Amino acid sequence: MLGLVLLAFWALAVVVSGTKIFPSPMDVVRGLLELARRKLLWAYMGDSLFRVACGYLAAVAIGIPVGLAMGWWSSLARAANPVIQMLRPISPLAWMPLAVIWFGVSNLAPIFLIFLASVFPIIVATMNGVRNVPPMYVQAGRNFGLSTRALITRVLFPAILPRILVGLRIAFGVAWLVLVAAEMIAVDSGLGYLIIDARNAGKRYDLVVGGMLLIGLLGLILDTLIRRAETLRAVRWAFHE
Amino acid sequence: MKVHFDSIGMRFGGVRVLDDINLSVNAGEFVCILGPSGCGKSTLLNIVGGFVTPTEGRVTIDGEPVTGPDPRRIFVFQERGVFPWLTVEENIGFGLFRQKDDEKRARIARYVQLVGLQGFERSYPRELSGGMKQRLEVARALAVDPDVLYLDEPFGALDSITRLQMRRELLRIWQAERKTILFVTHDIEESVQLADRVVVLSARPGRVRRVVDVNLAHPRDLSDPRYIALRDEIFGEIGLAHQI
Repeated sequence: MLGLVLLAFWALAVVVSGTKIFPSPMDVVRGLLELARRKLLWAYMGDSLFRVACGYLAAVAIGIPVGLAMGWWSSLARAANPVIQMLRPISPLAWMPLAVIWFGVSNLAPIFLIFLASVFPIIVATMNGVRNVPPMYVQAGRNFGLSTRALITRVLFPAILPRILVGLRIAFGVAWLVLVAAEMIAVDSGLGYLIIDARNAGKRYDLVVGGMLLIGLLGLILDTLIRRAETLRAVRWAFHE
Repeated sequence: MKVHFDSIGMRFGGVRVLDDINLSVNAGEFVCILGPSGCGKSTLLNIVGGFVTPTEGRVTIDGEPVTGPDPRRIFVFQERGVFPWLTVEENIGFGLFRQKDDEKRARIARYVQLVGLQGFERSYPRELSGGMKQRLEVARALAVDPDVLYLDEPFGALDSITRLQMRRELLRIWQAERKTILFVTHDIEESVQLADRVVVLSARPGRVRRVVDVNLAHPRDLSDPRYIALRDEIFGEIGLAHQI
């Protein structure tokens, strides 16, 4: 509803101000349709999703085990935490020059940046999750004779899964956020590239705004999907009191 | 003799918490460890449970020294120790990973029945009342068929009516299953209602002040003069006149 109001306001503002540069909603739709005709729309979306998926999944695959280990062994946390806390505030954008040196002109550079942006929130959420597990759960697990491995898979992991899920959601938001910046370098496709290229190549602001809207829309859809995971049987206990 | 405490002493840093505790518990006996808050009674239970190593002395069970937690002796926690991500039947089956499936199912069914949770097998702990959660935790402990149960103020968080019902339930279960029970409480009435023997600890550092035999048959009549005499004796021992 609010969306419709904003859309109307946008359309009206363009007409009233008589701007030649800023596109109206219809311009944007026409621009995107043109992109679709040139078979670029789906390709760009696919490329962006692929890069985010690769970087994000790598962050999940590395962040969860690292976070588990750091939460479990406090000596490891003491050793690794200062490094992580120092690296964490560095914007992924600051890594761009290094990413280009290391990975050259390839998909790997933006994937690396997306990985960097999303791995830290996952590590921190997992680590804090482990530290906040009520000690009696672990004690009870030990009492029933569980091995360390079983203790991790049957007690620790289910106990922290809800917190991990929250971390995954935050990390996904960050990963999606750096997509545009990540695609400003080294690649010539994707929604981020679309925005930069439309601006540089022909001042096609209809495509700039179209790219922004697509990123917002896709982000919303993916976030909704992650949110739905909160209703899964394994974590529902923590979200629905 | 099932459980034997041999000159147990415990310090945390410079603070002496327990001092020279000697105590023997027979197989099948129900013993309450009673003392004021902070007297080290929970620490004592954590020592016998194998979660804490005493700074002095040792505990032996069936002649073997306790070196760590053991599934033959299960600890029931003061707070809610049931796993919130598992259903009632999954919680009861938690410790049954060595059993075959049909054996596991049979035991789950038996203990669901024993603690009166029929109809809630698929429910999660958050859907249960406080008393039901505590019964579930007892069922989870009993399902692995331990020799000894350690209960650390298990009914402390329940309302007084539920607490009375839970005591009756626990006695019924104890009489049916004949486990050795070590039960920590700060509630004098509770200890006299439940135990064969009440071990009265002093304030910190905890020492055994007195061991009171409660030679009353179950079910105990709470207006029986002998019950009242024992209760008042312990009140006196703790240094409280039984008056408000």
